[in-house]
Formats: sequence, C-alpha cells, structure tokens
Amino acid sequence: MPDTFPADSVGLVSPQTLSFSEPLLLSCGKTLDQYQLVVETYGRLNASKSNAVLICHALSGHHHAAGYHSLDDRRPGWWDAYIGPGKPIDTNKFFVVALNNLGGCHGSTGPTSINPATGKPWGPDFPRLRVRDWVESQARLADRLGIDSWAAVIGGSLGGMQAMRWALEYPERVRHCVVIASSLKLTAQNIAFNETARQAIMSDPNFCEGRYLEQGTVPRSGLAVARMIGHITYLSDHAMGEKFGRELRRGSFTQGLDELVEFQIQSYLRHQGDSFANSFDANTYILMTRALDYFDLAREYDDDPVLAFRHAKARFLVVSFTTDWRFSPERSREIVNALTGANKSVVYADIESNYGHDAFLLPHARYQQVFGRYMASIDTGEV
Amino acid sequence: MRLDLNEIQHWIARGSRVLDLGCGDGTLLKYLVDTKQVEGYGLEIDPEQINRCIDKGLNVIEQNLDRGLGNFADNSFDTVLMTQALQTLHYPHLVLDEMLRVGKECIVTFPNFGHWKARWYLATRGRMPVSDLLPYQWYDTPNIHFCTFKDFEVLCREKNIKVIHRQVVNEASLKLLKDLAPNLFGETAIYHLSK
Repeated sequence: MPDTFPADSVGLVSPQTLSFSEPLLLSCGKTLDQYQLVVETYGRLNASKSNAVLICHALSGHHHAAGYHSLDDRRPGWWDAYIGPGKPIDTNKFFVVALNNLGGCHGSTGPTSINPATGKPWGPDFPRLRVRDWVESQARLADRLGIDSWAAVIGGSLGGMQAMRWALEYPERVRHCVVIASSLKLTAQNIAFNETARQAIMSDPNFCEGRYLEQGTVPRSGLAVARMIGHITYLSDHAMGEKFGRELRRGSFTQGLDELVEFQIQSYLRHQGDSFANSFDANTYILMTRALDYFDLAREYDDDPVLAFRHAKARFLVVSFTTDWRFSPERSREIVNALTGANKSVVYADIESNYGHDAFLLPHARYQQVFGRYMASIDTGEV
Repeated sequence: MRLDLNEIQHWIARGSRVLDLGCGDGTLLKYLVDTKQVEGYGLEIDPEQINRCIDKGLNVIEQNLDRGLGNFADNSFDTVLMTQALQTLHYPHLVLDEMLRVGKECIVTFPNFGHWKARWYLATRGRMPVSDLLPYQWYDTPNIHFCTFKDFEVLCREKNIKVIHRQVVNEASLKLLKDLAPNLFGETAIYHLSK
C-alpha cells in the first residue's frame, strides 16, 4: 500500500450528493419530481467563477474521474491520465466538475433508486432518458454551483454527445466544447452492437423483465456478455493481437490429448465481463445504450448539422483516434465539417493510436499535447 | 515574416473568409486574423505544426491535402491560400482544381526551380540542387513536385485559370535582374488566381 499519492494526482477526493427537488420534465414527457446527483470536484472555483469545466461521462463512466477515494485504492478515477495538476485538464487552472449522470448506478438517481411512488426500486420503470435530459440536469447542477458559464464542457464518446448538446441548448453557457471520439449520431452498425448487448441482458433468465432487484437477483451473465461485446468493439484488432495474440491460458494442442483449450483473450474478456457485472446495473446499461442510439444532434434542425451548429457559440476541439472503429475518425470529421460549414471555431486532431475507441481514456503523448495545449489556450480571465 | 507572406496580405480583404492549406505553424493565418480580422481555418498534417497553431488559438484542422477538399463546399471561402506547399503534394494539379472550386480566389506560392542557382548547381555538378532555401537531399525531400514559373504558367493556361496577379520575390539585391528575367532570378513565385 502506498503512503502518498502521485504528485500529479488530485489526491484524495470524496464525492458529494446533491439533492434537487424542482421537478425535471424529461424529453419522454414524464417528470422526475426529485433526484440526486453524485458529484466530485477537483481544483478551486475562482472568484469570478470563470474557470469551471464539466466532465460528461461515457456509457459506463461516473463521477469518479480523477484522484483516489483512499490510500487503498488500487486505481485512480477513470480519466486520471487527463485530469490533475499539470495534466491536460489542469486542476491548477480549472475547477473540474464530474458527475454521475441521471439514470446511472453509482449514486445518482437511477433504476436502482427507490421510486417514491411505489417504495420499490424503479427498475425498468425508470423513465427513458435522452442526452438532452442529462444536459438539463447538468445545467441545474451548474446553477446550484453558481456557474453561469462553463470554461469548457468536455466529453468522450457518449460524453461528447452531451458536450455538443450543451453547446446547442445553452450557447451562452459553454465557452469551449471538447468532443472526443464521438459522433453526430450512431451508425446502424453501432446501434446493432448496442441492441445485441441489450438482448444479452434481457435474455438472461435472471433479468425478470427488469425487476431483478425486487426478485433479489441480478442478470449477471447477461450483463457480462453485454460488456464483452462492448469491450471487443472498444479495442482494435491490432491492440487485441498485441496484448493477447493466440496465447493460451490453459490446455494444449498436443496430438492425442483432448484438453480443453482456453485462449488468454477468452479469460480476459470473461474477467472484464464478470467484474463489470458486479459493479454495474443492467437497467442502467439498457438506459444508457438507448440514449446513445436515440441521439441525433441535428434531428430537430432539419437533419442538417450545419444548421444545428449555427446555434453554438463555443469554440470546439474535436479529437479522433485512427484505429477507433466504433466512433471512427470519419464520424469526427462529420462534426468538424458541420462546424466549418457553420463558420464556427474548431481545432481537429486525428491521433495515431493502436488502441481503438479505448484510446480516449489512455495516456498518449500526442493526445495529451493537443488536449493540454488547447486547454491551456482557454482564457479564464485570470493572469 | 517570410517575404512571400508579406506580399500576400495585400490581396486579402478585411474580414474575409480564408482557408490556408498547409498552414504550418500558423504564422500567416495568425497575422491575417490579427491584422485583417479574417475568419480563418488552417489545414495541416504535421503534429508539431498543429500544436503551434493551437498555441496561437487558431482554427487548425488535421487534414491531408492529397485527399482533396471534398469536405468544403463550392465557393465557401473568399480566398484559399497555399504557401510553399504545392511542391510537396502528390497531385498538385488536382489540389489546384479543388482550391479554385472551394475558393472564389486563390493564392499560391512556391519555390522557383528555374532559379539560376538551381540551374547552375545541376549544370556544373550534375546533381540535384541543394541550397539554403531547399536544403534537402533528393531521396528524403518533402518536395516531390518541383516546377518553374514557366511550368506553372503553362499549367494555368491549360486549365484556363485566370492569373489576377503574379509576383516574384527575392532576397533584396537582385531586384533589377528579377524584373528582367523572373524565371532565372526569382526565388519564390506568388500567384493570385481565380477561375
């Protein structure tokens, strides 16, 4: 056990829970009368409250984006490589706000919370959410924190969708919008992967039509398979080959022996699936993947992304990764083209990486340079 | 500032929309943004140059020019610039077409391979010229499509490209000679073009 945290870490952090009692009208037409959001913050909000940045998390993310909850923590928050003193999102400069989104399963109100109307867990009855609902709840979080405008709203993947939606819904409240490995909308192939993952969950006998908590059970194997499917698509062929190749974990191909052979990749995927199934809620997974599928930035703007981005006032940083096939560089270029078509300020970098979609979470020299230099160029009104 | 960059600014209208192909470290684009209030985008593929553009707060987009400008609409820019990059392209003639499609006007600068020093080098040594301006060996040079002023003029004629201005710049001393025989004494060509 270490007795200190790394120097470039935000160190010991603790989440706080904020309660909201003003009803939130959701895009599905239903209303959440009250809800809680779990939040972590890093760095200090300056006197003029001009240095706040919002981190929007992706499918399986949460509020714990950086630092450690205790000295025993084996791993820091999910984006620790990019948030901290001297890191791209420099906590010496910025006040960083990370939350667990509504519908999540890490403490914010979601399917595992108790539905006040029934006294039982919401489960499958939790209202279906869209990206704009998250933006709306995050805007209320900003109000609560006294933040009129974000220096930057930042997100990767599904988080990038929230950042873009922010820029359109609240143009006056977003000065910079950082969209990493994201897309204007999912492709059919992408929806297909999500549907396969959902079907894996729903066909688990323990799913019980989503009421598994009431039944005292969990669709663990379905959730694990869902995660395995996701995981395959987040990695590149190259990254998997490099890490696992055809290495065997057990068994052999010796002639005359009928041993069961297990490849390393099998055991790795199962481990990923199992540990995910122990820490994530199946209904949340279904909810989040649906929000991904439904998102279409330009739907209400005549299906014209240029028209959509005309409403934005932020400067944009768009980043993609060369081997990301789930949110390919082509998707990011569509964002960039719409931005230039709408005459908006944009920086775009396509980062050479072997690690597929996962690259947006991993340390990478050039990605850190581009991201860090862009963030350094943001004016927070201080000398 | 490089001599060719200094000349170019005279042909850019205040507040116009400018696309700079191969914008390098963004020196020219930054100058145009600061002094002419242009709405500018730079395209670049070199990561270190892109970093420098980001430091300057410029709009820089990572894009390989040899794949064309298909992501930009016809006549969507007042001026499309390309300084000292023509000779590095795989398909300079196609990029030129694209520039004229996307921009109402174009400005192209390139080193003149017909300059007397290059000719003298090749004639006397029988080897590809290496100079201060073009310091690379033939096998590792980014400059793969050299041309002379005359070559470029011929290309413009063939493509029916209108030359609005043409100018030759030099390190000071040879001004008179440059005006007399630009293809022999001019180091850098600057062309202001339209369809």
